[in-house]
Amino acid sequence: MMIPDGIEDEEKWLAEGIAGIQHNAFYMHRALDANNLREVLKYSAQMLSELRTSKLSPHKYYELYMRAFDELRKLEMFFKDESRHGVSIVDLYELVQHAGNILPRLYLLCTVGSVYIKSKEAPAKDVLKDLVEMCLGVQHPIRGLFLRSYLAQISRDKLPDIGSEYKGDSDTVVDAVDFVLQNFVEMNKLWVRLKHQGPGRLREKLEKERSELRDLVGKNLHVLSQIEGVDLEMYKDTVLPRILEQIVNCKDDLAQYYLMDCIIQVFPDEYHLQTLETLLGACPLLQPTVDIKTVLSQLMDRLSNYAASSTDVLPEFLQVEAFAKLSSAIGRVIEAQVEMPIVGAITLYVSLLTFTLHVHPDRLDYVDQVLGAFVKKLSGKPKLEDSKAKKQVVALLSAPLEKYNDIVMALTLSNYPRVMDHLDNETNKVMAMVIIQSILKNTSCISTADQVEVLFELIKGLVKDLDGTDVEELDEEDFKEEQNSVARLIHMLYNDDPEEMLKIICAAKKNIMNGGPKRLPFTVPPLILSALGLIRRLQGQEGDLTGEEVPATPKNIFQILNQAIGTLTTVPSPELALRLYLECAEAANDCDLEPVAYEFFTQAFVLYEEEITDSKAQVTAIHLIIGTLQRMNVFGVENRDTLTHKATGYSAKLLKKPDQCRAVYACSHLFWVDDLDGIKDGERVLLCLKRALRIANAAQQMVNVTRGSSGPVTLFVEILNKYLYFFEKGNPQITSAAIQALIELITTEMKSDSTVPEAVSDPFFASTLRYIQFQKQKGGAMSEKYDSIKV
Amino acid sequence: MVLVLALGDLHVPHRAPDLPAKFKSMLVPGKIQHIICTGNLCIKEVHDYLKTLCPDLHITRGEYDEETRYPETKTLTIGQFKLGLCHGHQVIPWGDLDSLAMLQRQLDVDILVTGHTHQFTAYKHEGGVVINPGSATGAYSSITYDVNPSFVLMDIDGLRVVVYVYELIDGEVKVDKIDFKKTTTASHTAH
Repeated sequence: MMIPDGIEDEEKWLAEGIAGIQHNAFYMHRALDANNLREVLKYSAQMLSELRTSKLSPHKYYELYMRAFDELRKLEMFFKDESRHGVSIVDLYELVQHAGNILPRLYLLCTVGSVYIKSKEAPAKDVLKDLVEMCLGVQHPIRGLFLRSYLAQISRDKLPDIGSEYKGDSDTVVDAVDFVLQNFVEMNKLWVRLKHQGPGRLREKLEKERSELRDLVGKNLHVLSQIEGVDLEMYKDTVLPRILEQIVNCKDDLAQYYLMDCIIQVFPDEYHLQTLETLLGACPLLQPTVDIKTVLSQLMDRLSNYAASSTDVLPEFLQVEAFAKLSSAIGRVIEAQVEMPIVGAITLYVSLLTFTLHVHPDRLDYVDQVLGAFVKKLSGKPKLEDSKAKKQVVALLSAPLEKYNDIVMALTLSNYPRVMDHLDNETNKVMAMVIIQSILKNTSCISTADQVEVLFELIKGLVKDLDGTDVEELDEEDFKEEQNSVARLIHMLYNDDPEEMLKIICAAKKNIMNGGPKRLPFTVPPLILSALGLIRRLQGQEGDLTGEEVPATPKNIFQILNQAIGTLTTVPSPELALRLYLECAEAANDCDLEPVAYEFFTQAFVLYEEEITDSKAQVTAIHLIIGTLQRMNVFGVENRDTLTHKATGYSAKLLKKPDQCRAVYACSHLFWVDDLDGIKDGERVLLCLKRALRIANAAQQMVNVTRGSSGPVTLFVEILNKYLYFFEKGNPQITSAAIQALIELITTEMKSDSTVPEAVSDPFFASTLRYIQFQKQKGGAMSEKYDSIKV
Repeated sequence: MVLVLALGDLHVPHRAPDLPAKFKSMLVPGKIQHIICTGNLCIKEVHDYLKTLCPDLHITRGEYDEETRYPETKTLTIGQFKLGLCHGHQVIPWGDLDSLAMLQRQLDVDILVTGHTHQFTAYKHEGGVVINPGSATGAYSSITYDVNPSFVLMDIDGLRVVVYVYELIDGEVKVDKIDFKKTTTASHTAH
């Protein structure tokens, strides 16, 4: 082939090479058709001469090779059929060796050799040995690699393996293995020699091209793994040591990384497990530039999956002490590779952790050991900055949670919080959220005060301001979500035993109180409600109290609660605090603790007077006060009078008249409680309702002044309904005459406003009248009572 | 046939971490046409969750709701029925049927749904119904002891409504059914 001066055009070389193959193949086909052996050999040798080129990159050479390969298949068919060429296979094997050039000669020899083995005229092992040694004659890396690849290809189905028809009397699996190993070693040498030593970009390109050839070499390992005769013993004694010897000796990082990975991928997991020591022993002998962490990770991942595949295999892992071996191998690698970025080390620890979680789920000490090794690696270093590394740490810490679905387990790992201490604030919070989500998802119960302490240490990033966090920079939505998660978490802190539960509450409170004004409104309410739950459990157990000092009494807990709610008033969150005081007051009522209930009411009233200034908030607050007070039965006359007096006073002082009116008529219920014998003060009920009527009148007049027409009668109808309510309850102060008068008043009011049909009060009044009608007609004592009322 | 989910007093996260998992698996998007919620959700996350179940969501304000724009009362018409909604802390004495009946007259509704007591109840009253769906999370209540999580599904079909109450008792969901038929004469002609 002539080279045009100064032009290096690979495409052109390839095209010419292909043309050369096609040209000669054409004549070869003619010769094949004519069964002309001499011509066949001549043209096939010429065709194969195209593969002698040194001008093609591996990629292009592969294309050329494939063309020739297809033709060689046809040639093999011809050789196989002695009737076509009339020469015995033994003679043919001699004959093809007369070809002039070594490369075509060896391709032809391999092709005939394949037929030779098939004919069984000679033992397979002899032919293979002959071929693999003859191929030593080609030392050009690319040409040699492809030639040997051809040899590997055509010999694959003819190895003297167990059960193979080519396994003669004297042939053994050892011969097959020897052959493949020898070919592998030679191929790897050729491949490594391709390595370009030059500098810069060209080198990068050539290394990439070289890398593309790796599968030619790796194929041999695949073939080895397919040989049935390679049992564990042979793998351990022969195959693995020889492969590793070649890998270590070639001193080529690309080859070492690829082939280590190849071993891990192609051979069975069981073999790896039984040869762990040998395999791991090779790692420190590799070039320092080899990405050994990825290799080890792959190995551990495979072993993890193997362990997960069946519990039957677990004893094997124990027997070979897999964890100890892997752990120390990782330690050595991390120690040796000082330059390894931290993310690499974390990846290794994640893999080792995953491994031990699969293989030794019962060995928490192993998990802690892995975390401990990681802490050691991190110690003295600044907090992690690299985002990949941070992600990996989250994966590392999440793995045990996912495996055990039980946070309590993580709480016993002494190194767990230490790892978290090495996280920056942001990642620390991410991890804290992972922990909380895990608890909530699995409804794990944190059942001792000690566990609560450890848990709060883990999630401290959410519970208080960490150094260096700028509170102002926090995203409002994120902050809310985080704090609500903490609030949810508080319900998972629980123990049936009241004493322990009280300790839990105290531990939680201590931590929560450090949260600062922004967090308290989120975290205090769940704490209070959790404690109220405890108080309810203690209710009725009072009688059991002996002389001993028992801390878990409602009285003691109420003291804690009073103090905790007190912090909310300084935040300030007065509305929330008022609600919680009222909840506590009612709980104290149920525990028959009058002074405590009174104290809570006092606190609520102080807040109402001093802190709740918004008129709408006042309306809600006053309804809650009246509603709670109405249910209280613990108070003696004096205390009750004080409180009801205050409540009615607040009601009459609300800003808007309708709100005043409604609050005042609601107060009527403070003086008439159905299920309490003592409280049926009909007179004061009437006073409230009359007062409400006066306010309704005043409201009406105000509307008259401002709008020039009378306003809604809704308030009057509402009061009418209250009259009916107490009338039915048997309050002697509420007479049918008064009701009659009220009905007439409303009717008059409505007539005076006939120009403006009142949309709201009309149906209300109508339905109220309908109700009266209904009561009149339904018969019995109630109807008699209603009899004097006319509608 | 229209399905209406009625629930309230979830008190998340003050009193419960979340809705019971069993309820969550029952409540799937696309089955319910309306949700009426008496209030005390208490946070936006719960609001958003309900919205995923059904975009037609009606809420009144409970005393612990962080969202202050929910109305105190709300009425809506579904089929032949007029429904009224209110949390109930405004109606004193709390949970008192006669006082709730007054609210029912005031709102002029066939079905009044209120909460606050955390106690499931359903009364037929003066030709109407007063329902309290209880607390969907079984939250602590100063009024009711031993609260079981519960919610209500109303199947409204013409003049008939079937009220199904789902209650979680010792980890098992129990369903109860109350039938209510509206007499046409009782329909309020004032509007």
